[in-house]
Amino acid sequence: MVRQNKKYFPIFVLPTLIAFTVAFFIPFLLGIVLSFTKFTTVIDAQWVGLRNYMEAFSSKEFTNALWFTVKFAIVSVITVNVFAFLLALLLTRKIKGTNLFRTVFFMPNLIGGIVLGYIWQLILNGILFPFGMTLTFKPEFGFWGLVILMNWQMIGYMMVIYIAGIQNIPKDVMEAAKIDGADRFQILRKITIPLVMPSVTICLFLTMSNSFKLFDQNLALTAGAPSRKTTMLALDIYNTFYGSVGSEGIGQAKAVVFTLIVALVAVIQLNLTRKREVEN
Amino acid sequence: MKKSSKLLAILLTLVMVASALTACGGEKKAKETTQQKESTKTEEKKEETSNDQSASNEEEKVDEIYYLNFKPEIAEVYNQIAADYEAETGIKVKVVTAASGTYEQTLKSEVAKSDPPTIFQINGPVGYESWKDYCLDLKDTKLYSYLSDKSLAVTSGDGVYGIPYVVEGYGIIYNNAIMEKYFALPDKATDITSMEKVNNFATLKAVVEDMTAHADALEIKGVFASTSLGAGEQWRWQTHLANMPLYYEFKDNTAYDNSILAGLAANEIEFKYADNYRNIFDLYVNNSSTQKGLLGSKTVNDSMAEFALGQAAMVQNGNWAWSQINGVDGNVVAAEDIKFLPIYTGVTGEEKQGLCVGTENYFAINSKVSPAKQQASIDFLEWLFSSEKGKDYVTNQLGFIAPFTTFEEDEKPVDPLAREVLAWMEKDVESVTWTFAAFPSEDFKNYFGDALLEYVQGGKTWDEVVTIVKDSWKSERAK
Repeated sequence: MVRQNKKYFPIFVLPTLIAFTVAFFIPFLLGIVLSFTKFTTVIDAQWVGLRNYMEAFSSKEFTNALWFTVKFAIVSVITVNVFAFLLALLLTRKIKGTNLFRTVFFMPNLIGGIVLGYIWQLILNGILFPFGMTLTFKPEFGFWGLVILMNWQMIGYMMVIYIAGIQNIPKDVMEAAKIDGADRFQILRKITIPLVMPSVTICLFLTMSNSFKLFDQNLALTAGAPSRKTTMLALDIYNTFYGSVGSEGIGQAKAVVFTLIVALVAVIQLNLTRKREVEN
Repeated sequence: MKKSSKLLAILLTLVMVASALTACGGEKKAKETTQQKESTKTEEKKEETSNDQSASNEEEKVDEIYYLNFKPEIAEVYNQIAADYEAETGIKVKVVTAASGTYEQTLKSEVAKSDPPTIFQINGPVGYESWKDYCLDLKDTKLYSYLSDKSLAVTSGDGVYGIPYVVEGYGIIYNNAIMEKYFALPDKATDITSMEKVNNFATLKAVVEDMTAHADALEIKGVFASTSLGAGEQWRWQTHLANMPLYYEFKDNTAYDNSILAGLAANEIEFKYADNYRNIFDLYVNNSSTQKGLLGSKTVNDSMAEFALGQAAMVQNGNWAWSQINGVDGNVVAAEDIKFLPIYTGVTGEEKQGLCVGTENYFAINSKVSPAKQQASIDFLEWLFSSEKGKDYVTNQLGFIAPFTTFEEDEKPVDPLAREVLAWMEKDVESVTWTFAAFPSEDFKNYFGDALLEYVQGGKTWDEVVTIVKDSWKSERAK
């Protein structure tokens, strides 16, 4: 059976492989090539070597966006995961209406980023209105606005993953711990957390990569205002590519650097958390 | 048994792949057949109309031309025009409209496709620089010969690469009903009795500030509609208003024929009329219907709505805004009350200054499509601006003030703001050129707009704004 599967492997994988090649792999390679060129449309490009990369790194906006993104990623990864985990703990207890609550918390995740961005822009501007300010008044407003938005959107999803993890913990371990006289906090620290580490790996990966890649929410909520101080990496790349004619290549170079950063961070994070996973 | 199941598996996968591929192919085929139908229809019609035309058409047949439209507000009209043109000539005009503010993006991706736009538009000499590989020389076309003022076209060397199709004007739009109400106030502090007397910044300022003091009596929220500074909504200040100081600065440079050429040659600017810019900008913001801190969330639509609803007496915008004002639900501004005032900034001699008149809409023909398609595209444009039917659309539906000699006196647009622009052009005043065609890049304008927002919110001083404007001009020009 196994051998037969292997024999059919190329045939069954072919459709996906074609789709993947056409929609992802070729554009990806093309993108890398274009990052070394100067171009207006993708069909006519001139080779310029590493100049785009040099300009990308010397642009103050890129480094600003990088730091803003890093700060945002750290804050939102921590808050999203802490809140999601607490909610998961709460909703795996035997409380009435847990299913309803789970659905409600999950729902924001079903709304698209642009819509969420505009909705939160209205809400936050409404809150700031009595003070005669808007979201664009200070970059800090934009930053925390984005964090709130990210939390609201991602907590539900992460919560579902944590709930699955918690429900997978064998009952006998819990019972044994209780009989041994462990209190709630000890159970949480010594049993629950180590046993949900696989979920933690996934959740950290998802929140981290999503925080780095955040684009629609950023565009809709602040669009970088004031003075591009709340521009994140993806938006900065977009601005470079479309904002000024002749710097498409620089935008492309930034995009390649961006991919490398996200990939690097993700690999490091996966390795770190994988090590802490335990077999149950 | 085993063999047959193996065969079945292979067969199934093949069918799957094949169906996936034919799914795309099928559509194409369907399209081709409809196109064929259309072209046969065309030929029939052509033979009816003229025999030699169909003969020349037989060499290279063009079914479709593609126009990438810049103005979303008139996208509907273009669809009608396309339908009419197809009925008349059989050539299909595909009109795609780029969403507001995304023309460059859309053009970039559309041009790279296998069916690129045959007609697109550039925004002037700067736009030509980035699209020069795609612009066809239009020197020998009839369209160019129709142009009433040849100097309006975008040229390079001997060639003509962009032909303006609309002349627009902007200034301060005011609601005369509210002004009359103010002039009739018994306790007003100024002795101005009609808008004719307002012909410089000092007078304008006195009137506006006194109006703000009497806002309750005039039943307005503020004299000026909101200074919209939301993201992507700043163009009225970073482009149009910014035109004023830089127009005067480049005009002082007598080495060049006009301010646009001087601007294009300037690697650095002094921004010496910065205080004039500040004059008018502060006036807008301090007498606005919205308090300063909230301007960052306002859009152009918001301010036009405020004006249309009579909450504000003045708003800076151009003649294209009439359809917008007219379209607001509960609009209280009558067509005969809507007037233009030039933007006065306190420059000496500005009593002789008119509206800002110019264009940033130039037709360009894609030089990388087949010659037959290029010709078909030119034919379409010539039809639009010289045939009776086309001209009717241009004047009455598109509302363009078209800069072509093919338009008679009675074929000028009827909307009140366009008429005002024409009236101002005929007055004994000097129109301000659209010098922003010489601004180095979109980013330069955005830096300017961002700085203005922070200035309004108190995050930056005026001196910092001036520095940002000068620095970003220099750095963007150097790119």
